[in-house]
Amino acid sequence: MNRWESDPILTVEHLTMRFGGLVAIDDLSFSVGRGDITAIIGPNGAGKTTVFNCVTGFYKPTEGRIAIALDKADAETLERLTAGGQRMSEDRNILLLDRMPDFEIARDARVARTFQNIRLFGGMTVLENLFVAQHNKLMLASNYTIGGIFGLSRYRKGQDDALGRARYWLEQIDLIDRADDPAADLPYGAQRRLEIARAMCTGPKLLCLDEPAAGLNPRESAELNTLLRFIRDEHGISVLLIEHDMGVVMEISDHIVVLDYGEKISDGAADFVRHDPKVIAAYLGVEDEEVETPAEQGASG
Amino acid sequence: MANTTGESALDTGAVGAEIEDERRAEAVRGEPPFTEHPASGDRLAAALKDAVIAGLIALALAGPMVGLRTETAIGGLSLSQHWLPVAVIVAVVFLGRLLLNLFVWRTGGRTKPITATSFRLLPSGEQLEKWRWPGLVAAIAFTIVMPFLPFADRYWMDQAIVVLTYCMLGWGLNVVVGLAGLLDLGYVAFYAVGAYSFALLATNFDLGFWVCLPMAGILAAGWGLILGFPVLRLRGDYLAIVTLAFGEIIRVVIINWYDFTNGPDGISGIPRPTLFGIPFERGDDGFAAVFGLEYSSIQRIIFLYYIILVLALVTNFVTLRLRRLPVGRAWEALREDEIACRSLGINTTNTKLTAFATGAMFGGFAGSFFATRQGFISPESFTAIESFIILAVVVLGGLGSQLGIVIAVIFLNTAFEVLRGLDEYRMLIVGLMMVLIMVWRPRGLVSTRRPSVTLSGRAKAVRGELVGEGSG
Amino acid sequence: MGHMEYFTQQLINGVTLGSIYGLIAIGYTMVYGIIGMINFAHGDIFMVGSFVGLIALVVLGVSAATPFFLLILALLVVIAIAMALTAVWGWTVERIAYRPLRGSFRLAPLITAIGMSITLQNFVQISQGARVKPVQPIITGGYSLMEKDGFVVQISNIQIIIVVLTVILMAGFTTLISKTSLGRAQRACEQDARMASLLGINVDRTISLTFVMGAALAAVAGVMFVLYYGVIDFYIGFLAGVKAFTAAVLGGIGSLPGAMLGGLLIGLIETFWSAYFSIEYKDVAAFSILVIALIFLPSGLLGRPEVEKV
Repeated sequence: MNRWESDPILTVEHLTMRFGGLVAIDDLSFSVGRGDITAIIGPNGAGKTTVFNCVTGFYKPTEGRIAIALDKADAETLERLTAGGQRMSEDRNILLLDRMPDFEIARDARVARTFQNIRLFGGMTVLENLFVAQHNKLMLASNYTIGGIFGLSRYRKGQDDALGRARYWLEQIDLIDRADDPAADLPYGAQRRLEIARAMCTGPKLLCLDEPAAGLNPRESAELNTLLRFIRDEHGISVLLIEHDMGVVMEISDHIVVLDYGEKISDGAADFVRHDPKVIAAYLGVEDEEVETPAEQGASG
Repeated sequence: MANTTGESALDTGAVGAEIEDERRAEAVRGEPPFTEHPASGDRLAAALKDAVIAGLIALALAGPMVGLRTETAIGGLSLSQHWLPVAVIVAVVFLGRLLLNLFVWRTGGRTKPITATSFRLLPSGEQLEKWRWPGLVAAIAFTIVMPFLPFADRYWMDQAIVVLTYCMLGWGLNVVVGLAGLLDLGYVAFYAVGAYSFALLATNFDLGFWVCLPMAGILAAGWGLILGFPVLRLRGDYLAIVTLAFGEIIRVVIINWYDFTNGPDGISGIPRPTLFGIPFERGDDGFAAVFGLEYSSIQRIIFLYYIILVLALVTNFVTLRLRRLPVGRAWEALREDEIACRSLGINTTNTKLTAFATGAMFGGFAGSFFATRQGFISPESFTAIESFIILAVVVLGGLGSQLGIVIAVIFLNTAFEVLRGLDEYRMLIVGLMMVLIMVWRPRGLVSTRRPSVTLSGRAKAVRGELVGEGSG
Repeated sequence: MGHMEYFTQQLINGVTLGSIYGLIAIGYTMVYGIIGMINFAHGDIFMVGSFVGLIALVVLGVSAATPFFLLILALLVVIAIAMALTAVWGWTVERIAYRPLRGSFRLAPLITAIGMSITLQNFVQISQGARVKPVQPIITGGYSLMEKDGFVVQISNIQIIIVVLTVILMAGFTTLISKTSLGRAQRACEQDARMASLLGINVDRTISLTFVMGAALAAVAGVMFVLYYGVIDFYIGFLAGVKAFTAAVLGGIGSLPGAMLGGLLIGLIETFWSAYFSIEYKDVAAFSILVIALIFLPSGLLGRPEVEKV
């Protein structure tokens, strides 16, 4: 059995999102396996980013259930919570994202995200960006500012931890030398990497990436693949990504969900989706080889 | 091969925000490509024509408004004629424009926008960085010994107190506008709440300055929360106009709630601050008698000066400290990108509220100081123009810059004092100066931003144009 | 005194006041629509317009004794002069305070506008004096609509003129914006100034014309204000400006009919509040409406809702 069936971290069921009369997503169900890299692909306007915005709470879904299981999937508790109108289980293992505002999803449900058009704090330095990401931890360490003002040792320790975590991720994304430069001064590819590092600094269980490879050159794409694998393998983080770059998608995804016009048309491992005639017809509309060409380029680049 | 070219293309494309800004500015500056510019040969003719047009516009503006003055007379209004000032205005505009055309804007073709001309009058970020600590120590030392310097008579002490009060107000508002990026045009409301809380507590319950001061600050902060809560969903100019409306509501309520606030008559007899219970009065219990000094009214002024100095320094240091704490960093992040903040688990509502409350609290402290210094307050001291001036100080100084605010306050106060003899022309000139300075330096006098935390230990200032301006 | 009669009288007064607010509000809404900024100096442009109108009235020697046809003619001349000269003021404010800062830091034009507002107020205070300017009633007379227990419901001629003129100007401007190439250019600049400039639209000129039109309408409001209230001073711009802006927001910023509707509502609320509750707190009522409207109806009655882009 696949991981997304046996132990899903995220389950989306019957998700529907309407804007006025427009149906952006129609009765969509899929799940994300714990420790998998899952990709959502589909043509422009298929509703991929809308799914993301529903999962991360920036949109409130019209209908449907979005649940995260931080430690272990537990269908029974999930049903109990749904019926009882609660947001999360007592042990904070199961959380219903469709009932939570965006910042709580990031804080309590530990879902971090990046944005299609990069949203860094441009006037703040690279390091400061990573510090802002650790806001809630630091807030606690500073006794909600009171302790911080008087410079209590607990805050100093918290700050050292934050610095350590920031340094670690800066080394992973190879930006340690630019830690004190304004984020807006970084080249485009570095900004994309920094946004991922910033998301990782929040300490997530699920990392949602909205087109992380957009605008990257082949070498940077390859580096991105390495980084995502590292995040999955070394940190055990589940990754959900939207991507147009088939090189990235086919190479690193454990699981691919294909959307078209707000509906799911295919769902499975990379090989399955690649050969699914529905995908080829509806989404790619071209020969099978076309799918593989960019993948090979990406691998060799 | 393909990689290297690809990378360089990306790199040039990504120097980023700056180019994007320039492009945007360029685009909306908006002369369409087909506009023709005069060749340099007939520059004189073009300059003359331009100056004549400017003169005619000045005539249209000033002619009726200055030339024909309505006078109240029996049985209605009559007119008196003043054509000399009109002629002077028109001549000044004509000649000024002509000279500018000929000698300043001589770049030919397209004139450079005035904002692009770089003035080297102010030190750059790096120079500031070098002089930061020595400058700070010198400034604090100077402010401490100032009352005992030979020139420090009553007039100078009064000016120093005013400057420090406005610095404190500016620093307080800077938390809201400069750090959190929330445009607050009703800041004077908190100043008023602080002053009235102090005055009412002190006169009704017979409490001393040092008891009332923190209570006034807390009350102002409470009002900051109350007013802040409903408006936090608003952005930009909408937030500005709602805060302006709040400021006016508070003022109108103070004017009309006669039983509580004594309405337009104001509150008098507000107690003066004491030094551990020792009043600054003539008499046996007074400060002079206790310390065996000769009584002088300047002693009280000096004491007030030290109070506001301490309050202002506390405001400054707390603000600087907050900037380096998670809450301050969250304020700045909020100014840069609210959506990204939410994606990182930051409760933006609470963050905005803390900014509002912190700013309001400092405003409340300043208000209670104002009340105790004046001994009398009335709603007239808390008009919208006061909010505008405090905001102007923050923006002129450079958003987020504590030093810039000091420079702006000293500058504006000096301007006010120098122009004092000009009576009614004073505000006219101040208004025009606000326009000119903003056009000259839209980002304010000190526009760079110091990072709140560094890895290398050497904080390089962030260029002003990269810093966000907030959307709320 | 009958309740119905009292109510009707307040309704008439409210609509008149609302018409004046509406005319000023159009200037706010057009400028906000095109450059996305509150023109804080607009209230003072209205004030300047009222002074220009006042001066023109005195120069022409218009009074209640002027024969009817001559009076109408004189009023048209006064309005034309006020519109023309105030439009120059509007143009100048844009040229000095806004154009050099176009595309720059967002707060800078706000401060220049406040600076302009201070400048205009003090300019008028110096050139025309700080004291209030009373005007003898010029347009007198009116009609009694109903009477009960000695309370007469009246609609005066000046009220009729104000409402009719406002309706005509509204219709004219709506046509101008929706039918002419200038209106099209304006709407294009609202959507995307850069694209508009690439398509050969002179963005600077379009924005200037927006300010000019807003100022001209504010001048009409100013003249009506003089005729209706019979007294002005250099400070009337601030309150009228804030209330007119409230009207623009309430109606939905960027929408011309919205500005008019908002103006009427604010006028009515203020009048009824004064009549039934307390006249001291009428400004509080208007401002509270602004706050409530913005919180619960941020895009106004007739505005387009704004969708947050993630």
